[in-house]
Amino acid sequence: MTEIDTQLVAQLTEQETQEILKLASHYDYPQAASIEALKIVQHYRGWVSDESLQAIAKLIEMSAEELDSVATFYSLIFRSPVGNNVIMLCDGITCWMHGCEQLKNCLSEKLGIDYGETTPDNQFTLIPVTCQGACDRAPVALKNMKLHTELNESSVLALTTLESQNRLGGSK
Amino acid sequence: MSLPEPTQRPLTQHVDHNREAYNLAEYEAHGGYESVRKMLTELSPSAGLELLKASDLRGRGGAGFPTGMKWSFVPMQSEAERLANPMQKYIVANADEMEPGTFKDRVIMEGCPHLLVEGMIVGAAILQATTGYIFIRGEYIEAAEKLNRAISECREKGWLGKNILGSGWDFDLHVHTSAGRYICGEETALLNSLEGKRATPRAKPPFPQVSGLWGKPTIVNNVETLANIPNIINYGAEWFKGLSLTEDAGTKLYGVSGRVNKAGCWELPMGTTARELLEVHAGGMRDGYKLKTFLPGGGSTPLLLPEHLDTPMDYTHIGKIGSRMGTGTMIMIDDQVDFLGALKNLEHFFAQESCGFCTPCRDGLPWVEKTLDKIIRGKGTSADIEWLDRATVNLNMGFTFCAHAPGAMGPLESALKYFRAEFETRIKLHHSETV
Ligand SMILES: Cc1cc2nc3c(=O)[nH]c(=O)nc-3n(C[C@H](O)[C@H](O)[C@H](O)COP(=O)(O)O)c2cc1C
Ligand code: SF4
Ligand code: FES
Repeated sequence: MTEIDTQLVAQLTEQETQEILKLASHYDYPQAASIEALKIVQHYRGWVSDESLQAIAKLIEMSAEELDSVATFYSLIFRSPVGNNVIMLCDGITCWMHGCEQLKNCLSEKLGIDYGETTPDNQFTLIPVTCQGACDRAPVALKNMKLHTELNESSVLALTTLESQNRLGGSK
Repeated sequence: MSLPEPTQRPLTQHVDHNREAYNLAEYEAHGGYESVRKMLTELSPSAGLELLKASDLRGRGGAGFPTGMKWSFVPMQSEAERLANPMQKYIVANADEMEPGTFKDRVIMEGCPHLLVEGMIVGAAILQATTGYIFIRGEYIEAAEKLNRAISECREKGWLGKNILGSGWDFDLHVHTSAGRYICGEETALLNSLEGKRATPRAKPPFPQVSGLWGKPTIVNNVETLANIPNIINYGAEWFKGLSLTEDAGTKLYGVSGRVNKAGCWELPMGTTARELLEVHAGGMRDGYKLKTFLPGGGSTPLLLPEHLDTPMDYTHIGKIGSRMGTGTMIMIDDQVDFLGALKNLEHFFAQESCGFCTPCRDGLPWVEKTLDKIIRGKGTSADIEWLDRATVNLNMGFTFCAHAPGAMGPLESALKYFRAEFETRIKLHHSETV
C-alpha cells in the first residue's frame, strides 16, 4: 500500500481492521467481506461515514463508489448517523394484525419522532423493519438488535428507558 | 457409536427450549455426525446422491423442487481426478428466512445448530464440495453465534478441515451474516450478495449448479432441506417417505400465526391438514375472531378459504387448489382484520423489497400499493380494480426477471378472486357519496 492508502486505512481501529481481515480470509476474494466489513464498523460506530467507507474500500480492494453502491442497497447498513439506541419495529403482516401501528404511535408520541427520525438528544432512532421471523410471538421489535416479543403499549414504552451501554450493530 | 432408533421428528427431536442447544459432545452422544461417518466410510458420492433422489426430498425454501434432481446437475469428478486436483465447488445454506410470516429455520438454527452443520457436511461429502457458507439474515444474531460455536467445535474435532476422517477430502464452513433485503433469499441474488455485491438476481441459465459462486458449481438449499439430509443418509429413503401422510415425503416444520390461541411452529408429518394445524396445534382462533382467509405458506402464497382447511398441507395438494405450500408457515387472517389493509401491508412489503432491476416490478409494485391505498381511502374507481387485474398478468411469471413480483401477485390475484366484493363495495361507497 502507498502512504496515502495506509493513512486511509488508519481511519479504522486496529480491532476493526483485524476483524475485517479475518472475515475476508473466509473468501477467495476479499470483496466478499464487504457487507460484513460495513457491519463491523457500524457495530463500533453506530453508522458508516464517508471516511470509514473509503477506508474499508481500500482495505478490501474495492473502489469507494462500488462499496457505497453495496452499502446503500442493504437496509441494515446506515450511511447517516443514528441515535445511541435504535428501535426497529416489525411492520410485517402478523405484527400488523397484532397492532404494530398502535405501538408505533405510542413510541412516536413518547419520543416525538416519526419513522426514520432521531430524537434531538440523539438517544433514539425509530425505524420500521420487515417480518423478524418471530411471528408466533408478535408483535415484536428490535432494540439495538436485541429481539423483544409479545409487546404491548407498556412494554413497548419500556424500550425507551436508557441503558448506557451498547450502540447498534450487527453480530460480527 | 451405533445409531439410536429412528424418530418421528428428525428435525426437532433435539430441540428443547428449556435447555441450551446440544454442544458437540452431547450431539454426538445422540448419534450426531454419524451420517458423515457413513458417507465417508461406507458410501460413494454417487450412492449418497442416489439415496437423496430416492428419498423424494423436496426443497423446503418455498418452491418444493426435488433436491436430488437439483443436485444431479452438479459436475462430478472421479475419485482419482478429485484426489489429484479437486474441483472448487460450494454448498450454501439459505438461512435468509425473510418471507413474511415465516419462522421455522430459526427453530432449527437456535434449537439444534449442529443439525444444520451436519447437513451441510454430509451434503458437501455427497457433492464433494470444498467450501460451504451459511447465508443468514443479519437479525438472527443468536443463531449465527450458535452456528459459529458449532463450527469451531467441529473444526477442533476434525469434522471440518483437512482430510476429514482420513478420507482425503477437505471441507470448511463459514457463517455469512447479511444486512437486510428480502431479495437476498432468491438463490442467484444470494450468490451475488455472498460475493459482496448488490443482491440482484442473475439470469438463468447458467444454473448455479454449473456456474454459481464465483462461476463455480454451487448448490443453494434452504436450512430445513439441508437439515433433513443426515437422517436420510442414516435411516434411508423408505424410512423418510414413511414419515409422511401423503406422497410428498418426510416431515415438515409447520407454523401458525395470527390471532389464534397458541401460535407456534411444530414438526409434523408432511400432509397434515391446515385444520389440524389451526385447531389442534394452534388451539383455534381466539374468542371472538373467526377465520376469514389464510396464506398457507408465507406472504407470497395465494390466499385460501376456510373451505380449504381439510386439504393436506403438502406441495402437491396445496398446488392443486390454486395456491402454494411455500414455507408451510400459515398466516391466519380473521374476520375483524381490515382485509384490504392487510393486503396493502403485504404489497407495501413487496414494493419496498423490489431490488429495482426490472421495470414491471420496480415501478409496478409501488403502483399496486398506491392503488390499494386509493381504494382503501374511498377514492377508487372501477378502473382501479381493472388496473389491479391487469397487474396480476403483467407483473406475473414471464414478465419479470425473477419470482419476486410474481410472488407479490399471489395474494393480490387470489384476493381479487375470492373477495372482489370488498373492493367493489369500497368503490360503490365512494361513488354514492360523490354523485
Ligand atoms: C424473492 C425471493 C425470496 C426468497 N427467499 C428465500 C429465503 O429467505 N429462504 C429460502 O430458503 N428460500 C428463499 N427463496 C427461494 C430460493 O430462491 C431457492 O429456491 C431456495 O433457496 C432453494 O432451496 P430449496 O430447494 O431447499 O427450497 C426465495 C425466492 C425468491 C424469489
Ligand atoms: S422481479 Fe423485482 S426483485 Fe426480481 S429482478 Fe425484477 S426488480 Fe428485482
Ligand atoms: S410479522 Fe413481525 S415477526 Fe413476523
